[in-house]
Amino acid sequence: MTVTDLVSYEDALAAYDPVMGLEVHVELGTKTKMFCGCSTTLGADANSQTCPTCLGLPGSLPVVNATGVESAVKIGLALNCTIAEWCRFARKNYFYPDMPKNFQTSQYDEPIAFDGYLDVQLEDGEIFRVNIERAHMEEDTGKSTHIGGATGRIHGARHSLLDYNRAGIPLIEIVTKPIEGAGERAPEVAKAYVAELRELIKALGVSEARMEQGQMRCDVNLSLRPQGTEKFGTRSETKNVNSLRSVERAARYEIQRHAAVLSSGGTIIQETRHFHEDDGSTTSGRVKEEAEDYRYFPEPDLVPVAPSREWVEELRATLPELPRVRRNRLREEWGISAHDMQSILNAGAVDLITATVDAGADSASARKWWMGELARRANEDGVELAALPITPGQVARITALVSDGSLNDKLARQTIEGVLAGEGDPDTVVEKRGLKVVSDEGALGTAVDEAIAANAAIADKIRGGKVAAAGALVGAVMKATRGQADAARVRELILEKLGVEG
Amino acid sequence: MADLIKLTAAEIAAKIASGELTAVEVTEAHLARIEAVDEKVHAFLHIDREGALAQARAVDEKKARGEKLGPLAGVPLALKDIFTTEGIPTTVGSKILEGWIPPYDATLTKKLKAADVVILGKTNMDEFAMGSSTENSAYGPTGNPWDLTKIPGGSGGGSSAALASYQAPLAIGTDTGGSIRQPAAVTGTVGVKPTYGGVSRYGMVAFSSSLDQGGPCARTVLDTALLHEVIAGHDPLDSTSIDAPVPAVVEAARNGSVQGMRVGVVKQFRGEGYQEGVLQRFDESVALMKELGAEIVELDCPSFDLALAAYYLIAPSECSSNLARFDAMRYGLRVGDDGTKSAEDVTALTREAGFGAEVKRRIMLGTYALSSGYYDAYYGSAQKVRTLITRDFEKAFEQVDVIVSPTTPTTAFPIGERVDDPMAMYLADVCTLPVNLAGNAAMSLPCGLAPEDGLPVGLQIIAPAMADDRLYKVGAAVEAAFTERWGHPLLEEAPSL
Repeated sequence: MTVTDLVSYEDALAAYDPVMGLEVHVELGTKTKMFCGCSTTLGADANSQTCPTCLGLPGSLPVVNATGVESAVKIGLALNCTIAEWCRFARKNYFYPDMPKNFQTSQYDEPIAFDGYLDVQLEDGEIFRVNIERAHMEEDTGKSTHIGGATGRIHGARHSLLDYNRAGIPLIEIVTKPIEGAGERAPEVAKAYVAELRELIKALGVSEARMEQGQMRCDVNLSLRPQGTEKFGTRSETKNVNSLRSVERAARYEIQRHAAVLSSGGTIIQETRHFHEDDGSTTSGRVKEEAEDYRYFPEPDLVPVAPSREWVEELRATLPELPRVRRNRLREEWGISAHDMQSILNAGAVDLITATVDAGADSASARKWWMGELARRANEDGVELAALPITPGQVARITALVSDGSLNDKLARQTIEGVLAGEGDPDTVVEKRGLKVVSDEGALGTAVDEAIAANAAIADKIRGGKVAAAGALVGAVMKATRGQADAARVRELILEKLGVEG
Repeated sequence: MADLIKLTAAEIAAKIASGELTAVEVTEAHLARIEAVDEKVHAFLHIDREGALAQARAVDEKKARGEKLGPLAGVPLALKDIFTTEGIPTTVGSKILEGWIPPYDATLTKKLKAADVVILGKTNMDEFAMGSSTENSAYGPTGNPWDLTKIPGGSGGGSSAALASYQAPLAIGTDTGGSIRQPAAVTGTVGVKPTYGGVSRYGMVAFSSSLDQGGPCARTVLDTALLHEVIAGHDPLDSTSIDAPVPAVVEAARNGSVQGMRVGVVKQFRGEGYQEGVLQRFDESVALMKELGAEIVELDCPSFDLALAAYYLIAPSECSSNLARFDAMRYGLRVGDDGTKSAEDVTALTREAGFGAEVKRRIMLGTYALSSGYYDAYYGSAQKVRTLITRDFEKAFEQVDVIVSPTTPTTAFPIGERVDDPMAMYLADVCTLPVNLAGNAAMSLPCGLAPEDGLPVGLQIIAPAMADDRLYKVGAAVEAAFTERWGHPLLEEAPSL
């Protein structure tokens, strides 16, 4: 059956209890690939970062990237997992042209890290514990580009182009245990988990975890069971959901879709589904008629990985403060609400604001610029906040110029605009654009005299005690100085010259 | 040049070093020999005349400049077509790699070049090293120089035939279940399977990763040792390569002795299926070692009876995965790409056309053995048997220094005799397989001719892992005693081609 009619979210939750499983793939930020010495830099010419090993040429052999293993152990420790004393890689066998060996070197029943948890904080501050089944090491595949089809998928394509630059880039796959008990908050929990995991990965310094670049990808597995029952329902697997918002939407959509199917007496088919960003829906992918048989077996070309306990403890000692703990500390330091902190997190601004404060700005000003003017610009340009061409140091300099009176807010905005346009650092922009507040008393005095002369009637009113009329003269001076004067000082000067007490 | 081609590698190297011969002369003599006899023998798939002569000239120039030459500088070698050679075709005996020119050298190829060994060309082999007769080559069979209607062993029949027909004094083989030792046995030459991890597998096209091992082949024990020393050693590109010094094999080969050694004879390496003349020569060899001062110890290794079954689950399982990469997408044969077929269809048509029957049989066996629901019963059980075999060896080596056996139960059989009977073919490796499963080192060397057919019989010597030097110590003593008894090397009795 095709389902286009969804049950309302409230009705779905009244009848059913959602159970989720989240599988997240993280591309590690190692300099070289997992099993060879090729570069992992993004954006290179197709197939320029390949060698016999990552092309799977006959005779080639893999060698494990030690930094990849170290990153996996760090992630495992940060997720409160047990680190295996001994584990092996395994071959996952299946044919696909973008996989050079037609098997993926992965881990099967001996993951490097297992049995952990991650506490995530929901918007209202509630902590929800997500249990982690395992985190294991594997390699990424190459990338296929299908030419000639309408959908960009292989179906209907005339031919396909293969780029193996990505083949062999280290991946860590992190799998949760079934997430139960989230109820109506399941989509929120899913989003918060992925957000928290992303922060954690970034804090560990093992990956930039940029979802829009595919460095972090999420599969959302979801099933429903009638309220009050224990047995899990049949699940769907929505693949490659690649933004935080999409994770939430995909979970929500699948809850409503499953409920619609189940309520009308249908059964859920175990299948993979594609998520559509445009309307938030999912559509059927490949039906798993028979469970795919990957014929896993231990990788005979690699020796077992046996992280010594001493080394694991050394790594544990180097773990940074957990992002959630750090956020709560910063929230108190900055004196803001949980809701504001959540907005800052969602905007990806925590590190930027912290760095701006570290560069000398007060936290209120730092937040004001990053969450105001800069967030607006990032949104307009459709880029991440961190991708804007302005540094926390530059933002700190602008706040300093404002607080010493060199710039007012309007001029500060123009300065930011100049920096973003590539005109140089804040001081250069101020200089080149001539944005400095006019504080030269002589020049300002002349402007005030001219304004009084040109508006004699108003000047008389002021002299007569109507101090409120000074606003009109202030406006005239500001106009004459193209907004570069300090309005408060202008007012003072006007009143002074007219012999009136302000 | 008849004399020149019969020289040992050690003699050739010495004459080049002394200036008595030039490397170019030596290479030209062997190229001429190949020209003269290989049409009949078919040991080579590809002759690299230009490359060989260039390498030889470089050696002569080095010599002229007064530079010190390595122990095998200028000596010609026949390389099994399973090692990648940059710019030179590498087919692994398969149609699926026809026309593939590797962009890189195997570590072993690099080591040979660095040692100034002259690579004459690439030798014939059973497709992907699967076979015991070289009849599974997609490029036609190789003849045994003792009798061209007989098989030269396999999978490395091209290398063993090249040695036995004096086309090269040195050759490289690979041994997954006996592919160095069984060809050596049936051609009256010497071959060593080093300890697993002793010689790098980087650039050696994989059949069964946990069993495959490259190794040296020659006509004498000393030559084999000299080549062993050149190709062995740790390679950071092969994670399973042993990071330890190479055992002192050349020193051992120069100081052959079995005096005071405990030599084990395993009762499982005997019985039904063993040719009478083979057992007769084997028993004589044991008696000889006793005469030379060895203590003979009877051993019982019950798990060895399960080796064949375990091997034919593990090797096909690994091969089913290793050979998956031959999908027509990146290199080699491509069939059916007419613009109307899917990638999946092109892969299927290419594999159908490019793989031979034995390769397909093993891919199917392995795919089945690894499949969900059967893994524990097949692959899992086979790994347990492997552990038992390793333990049997460990227990045996508590009592003895080396183990000896016939290398293969029969002498060379006629080409065509076993092609339709895989089980009969597989039995040729019954004595050699346990060694690969345990990762030990082993040698085959000639121990006489079987009286009933006048064909060579091989003696297998097995040593514990990392004790490869023992093979050479024992082998050199046995070789010296037999040569003295026969009055000449066994190969002198082979008919001239």
